[in-house]
Amino acid sequence: MASQIPVVDYLVLDADPHLVVNACVACGARFFDRRNACASCAGTEFRREPLGRSGKVRSFTIVHRAAPGVPTPYVSALVDLDGGMTVKSNIVNTDPTPEKVRLGMPVRLTTFVVDSDSRGVECVAFGFEPAN
Amino acid sequence: MSDDIWVLGTHMTKFGRYKDQDLIDLGATAAMGALADGGVHIDDVGIFGCGNLNQSNAGVGQRILKQIGQTGIPVYNVANACATGATAFRTAYLAIKAGECDMGLAVGVEQMGKQGLLGAANRAKRDEKVFEPNGRYGGVLQTEGVLGTGLMPGVFAQAGMEYAYENDGVGFEQFAKVAQKNHAHSVLNPLAHYQKEFSLEEVMGAEMISYPNTLMMCCPTTDGAAAAVLVSGERLRTLSAEQQRRAVKISASVLNSDPWTPSSQVQPDVNTLTRQAADRAYELAGVSPKDLDLVELHDCFATAELIHYDNLSLCERGGAGEWIDKRGPWRDGEIPVNVSGGLLSKGHPLGATGIANIYEVTTHLRGEAGDRQIPDAKVGLTHVIGLGSACAIHILERSGR
Repeated sequence: MASQIPVVDYLVLDADPHLVVNACVACGARFFDRRNACASCAGTEFRREPLGRSGKVRSFTIVHRAAPGVPTPYVSALVDLDGGMTVKSNIVNTDPTPEKVRLGMPVRLTTFVVDSDSRGVECVAFGFEPAN
Repeated sequence: MSDDIWVLGTHMTKFGRYKDQDLIDLGATAAMGALADGGVHIDDVGIFGCGNLNQSNAGVGQRILKQIGQTGIPVYNVANACATGATAFRTAYLAIKAGECDMGLAVGVEQMGKQGLLGAANRAKRDEKVFEPNGRYGGVLQTEGVLGTGLMPGVFAQAGMEYAYENDGVGFEQFAKVAQKNHAHSVLNPLAHYQKEFSLEEVMGAEMISYPNTLMMCCPTTDGAAAAVLVSGERLRTLSAEQQRRAVKISASVLNSDPWTPSSQVQPDVNTLTRQAADRAYELAGVSPKDLDLVELHDCFATAELIHYDNLSLCERGGAGEWIDKRGPWRDGEIPVNVSGGLLSKGHPLGATGIANIYEVTTHLRGEAGDRQIPDAKVGLTHVIGLGSACAIHILERSGR
């Protein structure tokens, strides 16, 4: 099997692929990026926390006109994960229509290969698919 | 009058696309227009705040002064996303407030051309491709379109759909009604980029850009400039009765940045930002939303305008859908919103927008808005948002003399 690399460093590729955050030890605020300090309380101590793999669609848009090279239409969504934290990604494995994608729809995290580089390393991204 | 700061003069160019004029021509036209409107001279001005985004590192303010009068005054070249113009205005406001001078000039100017989707420029392709984590998220490739969208039509579509999720009676049709209204309003504004009315069916049936925003529900890229001359109350007292009569009081000038909220990690929270700025502005001005005779708010997309009815407390909490359904923000409604045509039809030259809305409200408060005049307008509010984020709100009141 080709070696793989996650599309972003807050995606962990293991037996149960999931997202991780840097959580402020003082106030619990959660961040996807590396931190200088906490945006909520200015604390400087952080710990890694795994996030839930299922959630609900808090908002979405169906993109028809996109940046060059981006296939359309596709669905971008904000997903409220069970256990807390909102994440943005695509809704996949369903038709990109307002009939199929609904506000409040239960979804679960899924991963897929989006591209590979000159060495054959595969880039793995995450999206969300309908849970039912 | 002494403690207050006033708009003495204001001007805007027609918004549109200018092939035969550059950024400096547009900015100079607006500046000279505002000085003439205020009945003053560049020699009277003690500070110049110049707002521009696309050439923000290129001394735009100084280049404008080289056309209209190099008096040696301090120039502050300001860039603050789509709140750039309002931030330039507030720079002049603050200098007067601090007592450094008693008259200031603010110009907002932008030349955008027909640019298409902002931020969607082609990226260089490389023959050799090696995935390596980069940046604050350790990204190995461009994530636009892979991990959702960060381009403006989608970001503001998601902001609107979030509101639809949390509140009843909000959907594609309510968002489309916003665009129907603003395009209808623009017919009366000769300075608007577009002055064409569309039916609700035409708005909803137009090319889908980012659901639920169709082409008619997205602002165009536009060239244009707007300017204002600000004056202290003390200096205004020394000017003519006519200048005093036409002067418009700045009852509140507020600028903030986005406070931390849990969901703002992945989607800028334009709601908390606007609500906090608005509440502060109402408090400073001693004005309630019900006192407003007109509002010019930041309708970069139709979905954005709808949520700001709620954020600015123009409607009941959660009631923005119902409010547009009962025509609350139409020019003959409860609180007229974007009678200029708004960004959707007047156009959105990024740096100019935050002063163009002050021009619009000032013109109504003076009773000089011609066919689109809101009768007997006494109090108005302007609002802009720069994503990233900045929110600027000004409450303006007519002089009463």
